[in-house]
Amino acid sequence: MRLLSRAGKSLSRTAIQALPVVLGIVVLNFLLLQLVPGDAADVIAGESGSATAETMAALRKQFGLDQPVLIQLANYLDHLAHLSLGFSPRYNTPVGDLIMSRLPFTLLLMLSAFVLSLVVGIAFGAFMAAFARRWPDRALSLFVLILYSAPGFWVGLMIIVLFSVKLGWLPSGGAMTVGADLTGLARMGDLLTHLVLPSISLACFFTAVYARLTRSAMLEVERQDFVRAAEAKGLGPFAIQMRHVLRNALIPVTTVAGLHLGNLLGGAIVVETVFGWPGMGRLALDAVMARDFNVLLGVLLLSSFVVIVANVLIDLLHAWLDPRIESV
Amino acid sequence: MTIERIGQRQNGCGPARGSLPESRRTTRWIKSVLASTVLCAGAWLTPAHAETATMVLATEPPTLVSLTNVATTALAVSGKVTEGLLEYNEDLSPEPLLATSWNISPDGKEYSFKLREGVRWHDGKPFTAADAAFSINLLKKVHPRGRSTFANVTSVEVPDPQTLVIKLSQPAPYLIKAFASTETPIVPKHLYEGTDAASNPNGNTPIGTGPFKFKEWQRGNYIVYERNPDYWGKPDPKIDRLVVKFIPDAAARSIAFESGSVDFGYRTPVALSDLDRLKSLPNLKFETKGASYSYNVTRLEFNLDNQYFRDKRVREAVAHAIDRKVIVNTIHYGYATITYSPIAPGLKEFHDPTPSPYAYDLKAAAKLLDEAGLKPTDGKTRFRLTLDFNPITTEGRRLAEYIRASLARIGIAVDLRAQDISAFVKRIYTDRDFDFAVNGASNLFDPTVGVQRLYWSKSFVKGVPFSNATHYSNPEVDRLLEQAAVENDPKTRVGLFKKFQDIVAEDIPDLNLVSPTFLTLHNAKIHDLATTADGAEGNLAHLYVK
Repeated sequence: MRLLSRAGKSLSRTAIQALPVVLGIVVLNFLLLQLVPGDAADVIAGESGSATAETMAALRKQFGLDQPVLIQLANYLDHLAHLSLGFSPRYNTPVGDLIMSRLPFTLLLMLSAFVLSLVVGIAFGAFMAAFARRWPDRALSLFVLILYSAPGFWVGLMIIVLFSVKLGWLPSGGAMTVGADLTGLARMGDLLTHLVLPSISLACFFTAVYARLTRSAMLEVERQDFVRAAEAKGLGPFAIQMRHVLRNALIPVTTVAGLHLGNLLGGAIVVETVFGWPGMGRLALDAVMARDFNVLLGVLLLSSFVVIVANVLIDLLHAWLDPRIESV
Repeated sequence: MTIERIGQRQNGCGPARGSLPESRRTTRWIKSVLASTVLCAGAWLTPAHAETATMVLATEPPTLVSLTNVATTALAVSGKVTEGLLEYNEDLSPEPLLATSWNISPDGKEYSFKLREGVRWHDGKPFTAADAAFSINLLKKVHPRGRSTFANVTSVEVPDPQTLVIKLSQPAPYLIKAFASTETPIVPKHLYEGTDAASNPNGNTPIGTGPFKFKEWQRGNYIVYERNPDYWGKPDPKIDRLVVKFIPDAAARSIAFESGSVDFGYRTPVALSDLDRLKSLPNLKFETKGASYSYNVTRLEFNLDNQYFRDKRVREAVAHAIDRKVIVNTIHYGYATITYSPIAPGLKEFHDPTPSPYAYDLKAAAKLLDEAGLKPTDGKTRFRLTLDFNPITTEGRRLAEYIRASLARIGIAVDLRAQDISAFVKRIYTDRDFDFAVNGASNLFDPTVGVQRLYWSKSFVKGVPFSNATHYSNPEVDRLLEQAAVENDPKTRVGLFKKFQDIVAEDIPDLNLVSPTFLTLHNAKIHDLATTADGAEGNLAHLYVK
């Protein structure tokens, strides 16, 4: 019950804060993008390798670039007020459709990598803390250091070479087998086999971060009085580690993880590129390169929503982990 | 009931039934359930469509019909659904496609086409000359090159449903090469009439006359085309399904070829540094044919308004300092041809192979700079310039690095400036805020279409990409280009272009360096991929898998 009322409070507070934040993000992004040299017409002409003065003018008109900047901004906000993300003339498609076709893939990749890195990272951290300064800790620390320092695209390419070229176990890219016309379980299985490698390579870095964090947080908590009290009342070492040490050590880990959710959304671009995963990071990058700002603004707007929602969830998670933490 | 039999059944994903005694039937039923389970499991691991061919592209096409946008990725897919009047063989001589025969009047001012009978659009409506006439009028308005390609067209007439007559104000000797599917797509009048071509939904879900029907476009992921069973060229196409995948990462594309998850790609779809390794794989083939509809020339363009490059001696010095052999061997790994002319060696009848009057000679370069009064100030550096490069190819950057190193040896310090394509285009063509630039230009299928725009003084138009970037202006060159554009006699026309090449080689408003060799990579099981001048960009009706 307390948790529920807290959730309600937290949500309403966030909703009040979110509106000006989102509006600020939109206006700021819009104005910043005006500083970028070149426009969508330049890109299309550059790709086409040909243009005439008339086609350039037609392109600018089609993209609404012949209007003054403030009118363009007003038009965009008008669309938003009508709950529309606008239209992408480049793809001849509503921005909402473009984003919705990518969002499920992005969330799938993001959440699977997130869960994978949290689970493995915390497990590694707890293991390292339990064997602190002995050889299993040292060995795992070295491995974690490698995960931390290896760039995502390199890990991606290496696991592609191993698992799809050499062993032939998993597909090397894409999100599903094209043209297999699968349904139900087979479709799920197909999606999962495509998901394995990208989520592993996306998770590597974050796994390392959470492992290090968990280790140090646990070592710190172990020295505190309540742990000694737990030992004194005769609890077994495993119960102490799990219920008292780990639970308290999770506060810093989840705080950082919450911040990372936004990172994952943007940081997935490299992994999406290597694996040809149809996610939003790639859509955003393509939109920047193509100066397709309606699409970019849409992605940024949605990303800010995801970050806000993630913060609320982490807030609630903290309340559950440590009831002393109160939302203000 | 055997596994083979189940395998023969279409979509054999269930136990097969037969008329056998009950007990035997049960055991066989169990066996067949097992067998079909294995088959079904196998089906989602490795799709069992033997007649699927998969093409790889680096990026997603902005549209599926090359009507208002002719990005290379759009050209790659457009022709599969939307066909043109003609196709071209390797040496660019026309072959029938939607037109079965054609005739050009002796004065070169009237083109008449007999169109194929019994052709239907994918939505069942008949294709007639009215569609072709509508398309040509539309292209003249909305195609990025339409206004220049069809500049002389005064009227397009339809005397009967199978005949198309194009009338010109003056001859357009290049025009007969412009009717390929990708360059002049014939679109359905009934879908485009009265609409805005750029935002017409047909660009996303095309209806055409081609061998493949559009089925699905999963954004950011793939496009699927299905065999058109009612294709006019029956029994073509030979494959059931054509898939186009987008893989943005070059290393991942190499891996996709290696693992067999893609079957073909064109315009050298992998990094040049990967070619040697891939060539050693037995399942991959390399093809240079099917790239003659669009030759590129890599160029170093001087801004003639720049205080240094205004002086011809400085341009000569730069020309003397650059060794094209190094560019071919080191930057292009040997996959390029030296050219001194803006007309690519591939356009054999027009290309002038005479070497540049300014051969590789560092001493001559230094002497020229001394004569120009540009002596080193600190004993080493004479002056400093910024070099921009077109980022659309990776070779552009490497070539810019080579030029920086070469010019350092004659005392010109060069700073490289990287930017993305939009910023580059704006800088060069709109802001004109550059000293010199590494750029590429497509020759397309004829010098009047591809080369004239780079040297003609009237094509110095601010804000128009791939126009006259150097601000070159020579009345004699203007006269030659304008005359060649309307010269009906092929021999005279070649002579005009020879003269033009002599003059620009002497004037050097830019340096033409190399023409890249575009390779088509394909799995050994793919056959008849490059049967036309535009190779993989063609309609692929003849492609088969074996």
